[in-house]
Amino acid sequence: MLKASLTAIVPILLALGCMGILLAVLGREPFTFYADMFQRGLFEWEGFQESIIRSAPLLLIAAGLIVAFRANLWNLGGDGQFLLGAALTAGFAPSLLDSLGVWPMLIATTLIAALIGAAWTIIPAVLRGRYGVNEIVTTLMMSFIGIGVANVLVKGPFRTDVAGVARTDVVPFDERFPLLFGTRIHLGFVIGVVAILAVHLLMTRTSLGLRLRILGASPRAALHAGLNPVRLTVIAFMLSGAMIGLSGAVEILGVQGSFRADFDPAYGLLVIPLVFLARLNAIGSLVLVIVFSVIQIGGESAAREAEITSDVLLVLVGLILVFMAVIEYFRVNRGLGTAFVPPEVADRIRPPGGDSPSGSGPAIGTGEVMPR
Amino acid sequence: MSPEAQTAAAGPLLELRGITKSFPGVLANDRVDLDLRAGEVHALLGENGAGKSTLISILSGMYQPDAGEIRFEGRPVEIDSPRAAIELGIGTVYQHLTLVPTLSVLENLMLGSHGGRGKLDFTAAGERFEQLAGLLALSFSPSARTGALALGQQQQVEIMKALWRRGSRVLILDEPTSMLTPQGYEELRRELEHLKADGLSLVLITHKLHEAIELGDRVTVLRAGRKVGSLAPSELQGRSESELSARIVEMMFGEQAAELAGAVEVEGPAVTRKPTGGALGEVALELRGIALEGDPDAVGLNNLTLELRAGEILGIAGVDGNGQRELAEVIAGQRRPSAGEVRLFGEDLVRLGVREREGRGLRYVTDDRLGEGVVGDLDIALNAVLKRIGSAPFWRHGAERRDEIDRFAEDLVDRFDVRTPDVRTRIATLSGGNVQKLLLAREFAGEPRVVVFNKPTHGLDVRTAEFVRERIREAAAAGLAALVISTEIEELVGLCNRIAVMSRGEITGEVENTAGAEERIGSLMVSRTGGGS
Repeated sequence: MLKASLTAIVPILLALGCMGILLAVLGREPFTFYADMFQRGLFEWEGFQESIIRSAPLLLIAAGLIVAFRANLWNLGGDGQFLLGAALTAGFAPSLLDSLGVWPMLIATTLIAALIGAAWTIIPAVLRGRYGVNEIVTTLMMSFIGIGVANVLVKGPFRTDVAGVARTDVVPFDERFPLLFGTRIHLGFVIGVVAILAVHLLMTRTSLGLRLRILGASPRAALHAGLNPVRLTVIAFMLSGAMIGLSGAVEILGVQGSFRADFDPAYGLLVIPLVFLARLNAIGSLVLVIVFSVIQIGGESAAREAEITSDVLLVLVGLILVFMAVIEYFRVNRGLGTAFVPPEVADRIRPPGGDSPSGSGPAIGTGEVMPR
Repeated sequence: MSPEAQTAAAGPLLELRGITKSFPGVLANDRVDLDLRAGEVHALLGENGAGKSTLISILSGMYQPDAGEIRFEGRPVEIDSPRAAIELGIGTVYQHLTLVPTLSVLENLMLGSHGGRGKLDFTAAGERFEQLAGLLALSFSPSARTGALALGQQQQVEIMKALWRRGSRVLILDEPTSMLTPQGYEELRRELEHLKADGLSLVLITHKLHEAIELGDRVTVLRAGRKVGSLAPSELQGRSESELSARIVEMMFGEQAAELAGAVEVEGPAVTRKPTGGALGEVALELRGIALEGDPDAVGLNNLTLELRAGEILGIAGVDGNGQRELAEVIAGQRRPSAGEVRLFGEDLVRLGVREREGRGLRYVTDDRLGEGVVGDLDIALNAVLKRIGSAPFWRHGAERRDEIDRFAEDLVDRFDVRTPDVRTRIATLSGGNVQKLLLAREFAGEPRVVVFNKPTHGLDVRTAEFVRERIREAAAAGLAALVISTEIEELVGLCNRIAVMSRGEITGEVENTAGAEERIGSLMVSRTGGGS
């Protein structure tokens, strides 16, 4: 466990180091920048609350991705699922509020968001499960369509009559997710934490979780054991999509209040490296998502202070990824122990041949992977 | 008997003496001798795994022998690389095509010759092509796109490629007929005659008996890495094919083979051959007219009919890859046949899935232990309940009950003597034998009524193999119906009441396990089998 945590932290430290050099080259004081970043994102109460608020949708996305990735199913359509969930929530919330009241509206919209997210994965799931069509391509394409549909809805039927950028009616602040204990943190964070803990229990303690892991680890063993790969694929995808769709509702009902056209924070793609960094472990993802939120919130503030664009944060995240990949390479190829990516996933992302453990035989033992 | 007795005035072109090559855990070649004379075809016959491929890999410079000597024209040579083999004039045509389909025939041929000079000499290449095409009597154009040629023609291109460099003396053909039609076979036969007439020596690798007899001037039989016999030209001539077949089958599966397979096997049949008839119960498993479409990953099955009674052990013999695995998967429910019935005690199972068949007492011990039998990254305990996920008492309302699972697994580990520190150990860290014991334990748990064993002792050490066989015998004595698929005839003879032979997805014959069964099975197996590997 200690070793595993170290492998997650080393790339972050290396990235901070490199980023520091870049900041120095740009004439900024790296230590001041980092001090500001952690001050504003973590140690100041206001900033910390902001970070927690930011983490709420990310936690749900992480939970959704883990379910799919553990089953070796690449749901890369998170952004489309997220935006559709957000757009439908923002579009239906005002009228549901008028007709049903606050709580029924909150429940109905979150359900709608979860359902649309789940529905958006059905086509890739069936294509993958039944015909073996590569879901990496289909989920990305569905995401593309989803982003388009969300914007068509917001610029069309859901649009409200105000000048400027098209957007939906704003849900009044008091009628969004309730805030917790006099803080600014909203219910969405609780939903996120519950989701990720639920996924942890699902994957480690239940028969469905074990079935999904077997499907991910060895489709042939799944067939031999009498599991139904098509059904499991659909279940994993729909669970994944539902949680990611729900994250869209959380963002609208917790933070935005309305959906502005061309809103796209690209959370889906941002979370993918985090869950790999946590080796698809739900608890590890919880921690990393919060760390990541601190970097984002604190970093935005620190960037303003240093009079530099907040794009530097993307560079920082990019650097973390690069160092992850490098460490992954050394861990797998030099047999240093824990890899970021489980072998069954690694098999699919590495080019065929080479030293990937494929087929039968003792190669199965390559890399001691993933604390379960 | 010995080839030396027939030594002609001229010595052999190529001599192999005492070639030994071992790989971890396998003695692939054990003191093999081989002579090749100018202008003759030497057929090397043996089953898959007999050591043919290793031997030709040594000849073509891919492997170095651990011991032994190679002499070329009487002087010792060291073939330490494929290039060294080519320089001696030894060309090899591998079983699988190595051509680039998008290039023309001529371009493919020129790829083989080393062209470090940058400029391709198409004129010289064209001349060489005409020479070889004349020699082989070929009819396609050098500018034809290789991928557009028929498989037989592509193989001819491979032969040209092997002879491309002037001064070829020896041509090795690895299972050259595996992809040929009957017409292609006739054509190959004519080509071999042409090449022989041109003074070339040929080594022909095959696992088909009739090919060895028809095409070979001299036949050497390999078995389990050893040369178990050979027939010189004088012995081949003037004898009928059936007479020769009988001799070779005896070499392959007769007493000599039994000796080689080790003492355990030899005592087997005599002691454990069961009385047939009376002791058997009702029909437990019945297959009627099973058919399966073949595809690149699966051998098709054709009109397969079998019957297995309670308390009976039925063997399925055959060269590996003739549909045995597909048959097992059809029975287990992992593969849906396109036609036919699978009945378990009279009940048609065709519409039922793996779990439902499992629940009715049908079990399958797979040959691919690590690939599909277990999930390597899970621990032993979870693998022990792999086929019972979600069912009581191991899960309740979907929640895992770890104590129950561990207790069940510990019991299996104890009873089947699985060597492991504890049941929470990752199963991929166990040896193959221990994994197999766990699989047996898992499939024997509960109330099995019919068990399909696919190569149950493959790759196991002698003791574990005997342990496995003993468990199968015990279970059958207690009324279990067992279907044992194996490529080892001795094993089947030591275990089964009846043995069916499978070839190209069909049952080609069935024999009662009585004295002399080995030879009858052997000839059924060798004479009609199709594409091997």
